[in-house]
Amino acid sequence: MSSFWSIWITVLSLGTLVGCYLLLRYCLKNFAGVEEGESMGHSFDGIEELNNPLPKWWSTFFLVTIIWGFGYFLMYPGLGNFEGLFGWKSSNQGILSLQESKAKAAHAKENNLIVQYDMEVKAADAKFGPIFEAFAARSIEDLASDDAALKVGQRLFLQNCSQCHGSDARGTTGFPNLADKDWLYGGTPADIKHSLMEGRKAQGMIAWETMLGGDQGVKDVAAYVISLSGREVNAESAKSGQEKFAMCAGCHGADGKGSTAMGIPLGAPNLADDIWLYGGSPRVVEQSIRHGRAGVMPAWKDILGEQKVHVISAYVYSLSQN
Amino acid sequence: MINKHEKVEKSVGLFFIFTIFAISIGGLVEITPLFFQKETTQPVDNLRPYTALEMEGRDIYIREGCSNCHSQMIRPFRAETERYGHYSVAGEHVWEHPFLWGSKRTGPDLARVGGRYSDDWHIAHLTDPRSVVPESNMPSYKWLNENKLDGAITAKKLETFNFLTRNRSHKDEQGNAIPLYSAKDIANAQTAVQGKTEMTALVAYLQSLGHALK
Repeated sequence: MSSFWSIWITVLSLGTLVGCYLLLRYCLKNFAGVEEGESMGHSFDGIEELNNPLPKWWSTFFLVTIIWGFGYFLMYPGLGNFEGLFGWKSSNQGILSLQESKAKAAHAKENNLIVQYDMEVKAADAKFGPIFEAFAARSIEDLASDDAALKVGQRLFLQNCSQCHGSDARGTTGFPNLADKDWLYGGTPADIKHSLMEGRKAQGMIAWETMLGGDQGVKDVAAYVISLSGREVNAESAKSGQEKFAMCAGCHGADGKGSTAMGIPLGAPNLADDIWLYGGSPRVVEQSIRHGRAGVMPAWKDILGEQKVHVISAYVYSLSQN
Repeated sequence: MINKHEKVEKSVGLFFIFTIFAISIGGLVEITPLFFQKETTQPVDNLRPYTALEMEGRDIYIREGCSNCHSQMIRPFRAETERYGHYSVAGEHVWEHPFLWGSKRTGPDLARVGGRYSDDWHIAHLTDPRSVVPESNMPSYKWLNENKLDGAITAKKLETFNFLTRNRSHKDEQGNAIPLYSAKDIANAQTAVQGKTEMTALVAYLQSLGHALK
């Protein structure tokens, strides 16, 4: 803050306090020209105004608040650039980047500065840090059979993941069910943790209509895809769809069992089972082929940090282990 | 001593003037200096201006009154930063006109909602909130899928923001101000939004929130 504004604030703030004191003193004087307690010389409806002074308790209390005000300005930041004798701050304001914020927080922690927010975080880290560190040292498989860890994982899941995957983790249209054994990007502990940390982005399910030769092509391929899970379709249509399915096989596999079955993380679902991320009716399958799909799982490492992701991974992993 | 007190008490006009004077001191101390502080006029390092589409989305956010139920202000309490991310700082908001901090949280804070959910989720959620969050009491905004933007005044909006932020933009190496939007941005503004749905614009805006500090 420039010294002009610092002085501006200081003068006005202290001036107000002094002004309040002078006003109080002025108002305590008897300038009515009437003895204290005597009548002011007019009455209304039988009620007479007497020249009574300000109540003692009130004026004393006012004086105490003024003194308190000076004390407050001395201890806490309030007078421009003067930081107050306590050195108290609510948080590190005026930072220009996350790195700067972290550096300032670390500095406050090391030097035991009274930055309210950093102190709060420090206390919480001291309390919860060891718990998460102990969890982080154990494998996800191990945590998946530890009730305490799962409870923590579930809490974090409900807070951060349930918006898309549902509070029972069974997903909804467009957002995968995490409690079954069908995985788009693999269901091993390492795969799950990777999905959470780095996020996932479905690759390549573009709009296929033009490449499949228009509307009929889309319908034919949809018919073939539906037939893969054993449902009855128009055999002729499915047959011509099968010829075009070569274009799909790159990601979904020649047998349509998806990219996970081939061991590559493309996120191409298994088309030969009866699990449908976006719906399995002919209309919806056609829509998926016609307009494409692009499912995105956001990355959580920056939001939650690795230790929390580790515990959530254990919770998610545990859901499909029964 | 003359009874001056009585004079003030018996004249409404005089009393009014003294009251305004007394009240304004608070503002003069707490508000005026902020107009000239580095913290409130210097953008944070990673701050980027809204794209034309995000700018349109922001206006839809204002039109639909999202800030009546959603704040964009994370306070420096651990309970908030655990849920929403780093607390908000003034430098993130130096280009905002008007501020959309809000003061009520019927729904969660949105200051850093960008990147937290996928575009698909936002569309599903805005179209039918209960399809993804069954306990939600947010209204549906499904008409946003149908309304199309024509972009007739998008360029004007960008120009206006150039004007409003002329003293608070990033500086180049020589210390010259870099306007938020170049002549090219402004020329392309209409084509960038024309024909897109309001839903696309709003989701683009939401995905941009909080980008500068995460």
